[in-house]
Amino acid sequence: MADVTVGIVVFPGSNCDHDTEYAVASFPGVRPVMLWHNDHDLKGSDAIILPGGFSFGDYLRCGSIARFSPLMREVVEFARKGRPVLGICNGFQVLVESGLLEGALIRNTGKKFICRQSTIKVVNNRTIFTDGYRQDEVLHLPVAHGEGNYIASPETIESLEANGQVVFRYSDDEGSETAEANFNGSLGNIAGITNRQGNVLGLMPHPERASERLLGSEDGRRLFESLFRHVTGS
Amino acid sequence: MAYKAKIKVTLRPSILDVQGKAAQHALANLGYSSVESVRIGKYMEVTIEENSAVEAERVCSEICQKLLSNPVMEDFTFELEPVN
Repeated sequence: MADVTVGIVVFPGSNCDHDTEYAVASFPGVRPVMLWHNDHDLKGSDAIILPGGFSFGDYLRCGSIARFSPLMREVVEFARKGRPVLGICNGFQVLVESGLLEGALIRNTGKKFICRQSTIKVVNNRTIFTDGYRQDEVLHLPVAHGEGNYIASPETIESLEANGQVVFRYSDDEGSETAEANFNGSLGNIAGITNRQGNVLGLMPHPERASERLLGSEDGRRLFESLFRHVTGS
Repeated sequence: MAYKAKIKVTLRPSILDVQGKAAQHALANLGYSSVESVRIGKYMEVTIEENSAVEAERVCSEICQKLLSNPVMEDFTFELEPVN
């Protein structure tokens, strides 16, 4: 793979920034750069990742304050140019708050913070983030969130579905989208969506925490691999 | 002139309020069977320095839409009063 620079945005309260850096750095030719939220410079990034955590202590609403960090102006502009932006967990919450993705993420229906392995299904593998997976492939990725319950207006859900913007859904091991598998109560079992153009992805599960066998799953690797492959055009 | 804005942010009626539900169940356990529902929202007090009530109202409405509430899931109302 040719050289790829991946910017990882660090907010006060981010806590998966170094996990993401570690996972990203394990790909040959890929260089992670940490980007402080108060800066204005994306440092030549070819792709941006908003990592998981609890930016600004989840005050007000998850991601609501982070979206106004100075660097987010550059990130939004970067995304509007069609360049790739990936939001994981809190990063997904920041993306919906910033308007780069539609809908909102509210408290899990069971009220609890849920930290465990989740099972999700790739329901659209024709994106720059998922074309390394088979259509309907079932993945095991960890989740750790209190506000992962995806909601949106019926019209928004309809357009997301019609445009293939729903990319991941919670399912069981056989790929059935059951109510039991939908542990946080998300509408339509939605675990991850893209924007209309397909260059911005947000998902609640953590691919970076499933990027080597020692961690119990390598299912997250191909998400990064797909993304980096598209960035280099190879 | 300073104005105090008393802002209420509530979850939209269509959104499930799990905190409210938990509080309602706790109240039922305490014997308050007449409590039919509980919805939990946020109350904020914001002091705004502007020349007129009209200006203060404009600012308040703007900050509610931009940051203090998320229109996808919340509604807001506010009252303004001059501070002496």
